[in-house]
Amino acid sequence: MTLAVILKQVPDVVEELAIAPSGTDLDRDSVSYVVNEFDEHALEEALLLREATGEDVVVVGVDTTGELDQALYTALAKGAQRAVKLVGDFEGSWLSTRALAGLLAPVIRELSPRLVLTGVQAPDDLDGQLAPTLGALLDWPHTGVVVGTELADGVVRVRKELWGGIMLDLELATPAVLGIQAARATPRYVPVGRVRQAMRESTIEEVEVETPVESAPKLSRLRAPEAAGRAEMLTGSPSDVAERILEILRARGLY
Amino acid sequence: MAEHILVLAEQLEGQLTDVTLELIGVARRLAASRGSGVDALVLGDGVSSLAATVPADRTLLMEHPALRLFNPEAAQRALEAVARETSPWLVLVPNTSLGMDVAAAVATRLGWPLVAYCQAIEERDGQLVATSQLFGGKILADCPVGTDHAVLSVLAGAFSSEAAAPEPPARIERLTPPAELDALRVRATGLERPEAADVDITRAEKIVAVGRGIESKDNLELAEELAEGLGAVVAASRPLVDAGWLPRSRQVGKSGLKVKPRLYLALGISGAPEHLEGMRDAELIIAVNKDPKAPIFDVAHYGVVADLFDVAEALQERLGG
Repeated sequence: MTLAVILKQVPDVVEELAIAPSGTDLDRDSVSYVVNEFDEHALEEALLLREATGEDVVVVGVDTTGELDQALYTALAKGAQRAVKLVGDFEGSWLSTRALAGLLAPVIRELSPRLVLTGVQAPDDLDGQLAPTLGALLDWPHTGVVVGTELADGVVRVRKELWGGIMLDLELATPAVLGIQAARATPRYVPVGRVRQAMRESTIEEVEVETPVESAPKLSRLRAPEAAGRAEMLTGSPSDVAERILEILRARGLY
Repeated sequence: MAEHILVLAEQLEGQLTDVTLELIGVARRLAASRGSGVDALVLGDGVSSLAATVPADRTLLMEHPALRLFNPEAAQRALEAVARETSPWLVLVPNTSLGMDVAAAVATRLGWPLVAYCQAIEERDGQLVATSQLFGGKILADCPVGTDHAVLSVLAGAFSSEAAAPEPPARIERLTPPAELDALRVRATGLERPEAADVDITRAEKIVAVGRGIESKDNLELAEELAEGLGAVVAASRPLVDAGWLPRSRQVGKSGLKVKPRLYLALGISGAPEHLEGMRDAELIIAVNKDPKAPIFDVAHYGVVADLFDVAEALQERLGG
C-alpha cells in the first residue's frame, strides 16, 4: 500500500505579484513559483508515517508551470519512492481546484493509496480547497486542518485543529483524503547534492491528461486591496524610529 | 428561481460561533434586498434550545448522535441533503476549520460553483459580486454571482455580527436526518481543550508579537527582553508555534487566539489573512517588516519598513535594556 502526496506549485506570495493585462490572472511571466507551503507539510507528515509503517510514498502533481520536476525530485531526495507528473496543454495557466481534482481523481484511484495527503489550502484555491474537493469526487472520507496522523488497521486517526487551541480527534476509514495544516515535525531539509542524485538515479512517471473544458477559476477581475487603511509609515534611522514609537506609546499612556 | 439563502450555522458544544452571526447578518441584508428570507441550518445533538436563539427567518434543526461533535462527513451529508431539498439561491458556510471540510465537498457534489475566502459580498451595478482574498491577502478576486445556485465560504470577521443580533427566529423546523448519517465512515472520538496557559494573551494589555522574520529560536530572547521593557507579553504567528518555539497558547490568528490589546507591536509578521483575523481589532498596531508590501501594513496604524532587529535593538536601548 502507498501514501499519495499531492504537491502543487503556487506563486511565491513573498514576492511582488503583478496582475496580467487581462485582469483575470497574475502575470505568470513575472511570477516565481514555490511548492505550496502546506503541501510541504503534507509530504513531511507522509514521510513520518512511512517511518512508522513502512508504506511507500508517491508524490503526485499536475505540472502547470513546466517546473514541477524540481519539486518532485526534491520529494524523492527527501525519501519518497515514486513521483508521478500529470502533463497536458495547461502550462502557464491557472487551474481551478475542481479542474485539478478532476485531473487527479482517476490517477489517484489507479494508485489506490491508503491515504492521500495534501496541503490544507493554497494561496490560489479560489474555488475551495483540494482535499475536500478531491474527497467528494472520489467519495472517500476527508478532513482538513490536520496537525497529526496515525495509521491503524483500516482507519487513520487524525488530530484536527479548530480554533483557540481546541483539537478535535477523528477516525476516518481508509482510503481517506487529508488536508494537512502542519506536520508533526518541521519539513525536513535536503541538501542540493541529494536532489541532484535523485535527478540522476530516479525517473518521474508521466501521465498525459486532457485539459478540462472549464479549467480556470471563474472571476471577473483581480485587484490589489485598497490601501485605505494603510499605516502611517515611520521613516529614518532605527534610533529615530524607536524614538517615534516611544513617543506614540507615551502619548497613549502605554509607556 | 429560489432566492432564499441558506446559512450553515456553526456550533461547538452548544455554543454558536461568532462567524455564524456574521453570516446570518450578511445573509439577511442580501435577502432583504430581494424580499426573500434566510434559513439557518443547525446541526447537533440536544441543541434545540440553541436553535431558538438563532436570528434567522427559519431555523432548520437536524439532530443526530453523529452530529454531537463536529463530524465532517455527517455535516457534509446533512448540508447536501438540505440544499437539495430546499434549493436555496446561496449557501453561506463559514471558512473555518469546520466549514472548509463542508463547503468545497458539498459544492462539488451539487455541481454548484464555490467562491472561497469571501471577505465581501455586495451588489455592484445590479449584480452580486463576491470578493475572495487570495495570495496571502495580497490580491483580491471579484467573482460575479449570478442568479444560479452558489456556495460562498466566508472569512470569519469579514462582517459585523451586530446586524443579526436582535431578531428571534420566526420558526423552527425539525428535519429528519438523511439515512447516510447511520452509515458514516468518519467518527469523531474526542475534543480537547488546551490546558491552562502560563500567560493568557487574550487578557494582555500589550503584546509584542513575532513572526517568521525573527529567523531563529535564539532571537526570541530579544522579543522577550523588549516585552519585559514595555510591560508586554510575547505572542507569535503560526509558523513559530508550529516550529515549537513558543507554546500554542501564544498563537494569534484564525487557528490560535483572537486578541484585542491596547498595543500590538508586530515584529517580522507579514500579516497573512489568518493572522490578521486574530489581531486586527487591537487598539494600536505598530508593525515592523522588511517588505513594504506586507499586508500587515494594511491593518497597522503605524508601520516601519526595516529590519526588525535594528528597530528592536534601538527600542531596547531606550528602554534601558
